[in-house]
Amino acid sequence: MNFDKELDARGLSCPLPILKTKKSLNELTSGQVLKVVATDPGSVKDMQAFANQTGNPLLSTAEENKTYVFYLKKK
Amino acid sequence: METLTEKMPLAANDAALDRLISQRIDALFDQRLEAKLAELKAAKTPAMTIIATKGTLDWGYPPFILASTAAALGWDVSIFFTFYGLELLKKDLKKLKVSPLGNPAMPMKMPMGPAWFKSIQWNIPNAVQSLIPAYEAFATKMMKKTIKKSGVADLAELRSLCIEAGVNLIACQMTVDLFGYKHSDFIPEVKDYVGAATFLPMAKDADVSLFI
Repeated sequence: MNFDKELDARGLSCPLPILKTKKSLNELTSGQVLKVVATDPGSVKDMQAFANQTGNPLLSTAEENKTYVFYLKKK
Repeated sequence: METLTEKMPLAANDAALDRLISQRIDALFDQRLEAKLAELKAAKTPAMTIIATKGTLDWGYPPFILASTAAALGWDVSIFFTFYGLELLKKDLKKLKVSPLGNPAMPMKMPMGPAWFKSIQWNIPNAVQSLIPAYEAFATKMMKKTIKKSGVADLAELRSLCIEAGVNLIACQMTVDLFGYKHSDFIPEVKDYVGAATFLPMAKDADVSLFI
């Protein structure tokens, strides 16, 4: 998937991946896509909740070797 | 007699009509109210107020974690720091300690070494804990090491994130006087020094209000 910015949140625990995601989204313009890579297993549910609450659609979630990759679209 | 019988059906008709009109109005009103309430709910920015009353390293986390996360979700957040919670507004957070003494739920584990070693629960009786010099300092050091190793944010970092996200930090003036503090002991980002009468109306209008 194409993306405009990548955030490396590996090794960070709750709530840092969410806080950094929010900050990174602030730097994007509407319609741009943010890729987030995280290792916190709690981030899977939290990223979905964050997307629902803020209205920035979560385009996809994938897991590979305990690493989670999220694509969020800035609303 | 004649007129009365003529009027009877008319009166019955009116009553039936009134009933129908009122039923229709009730139904319409319910519908409109539901739509309006949903509209208001969607337009409202959620708000959260927290009362932070504890000043140890471990208890410093919940208010800052919840506040920064809520701010990231786009909520309006205010934290009212009172009693020992004021410690969380001090310029230097490095002095915060955690005490296993009288805290039976706190796991006492080593942050280093092989997995089998790290999983050992070091049960040390309170009487012994209280006699070992610098036991609290040692426990604090171990806790900080564990926090760092698990990728949990440093408390000062979390506080900075809260400030950056626009969380209102409010201090209790009464406690400042009670403990003999000066405003200069605290970070300049403290928005206000107020009393319960200022905080309560904020809490009244908030969707979430927590006492920590």
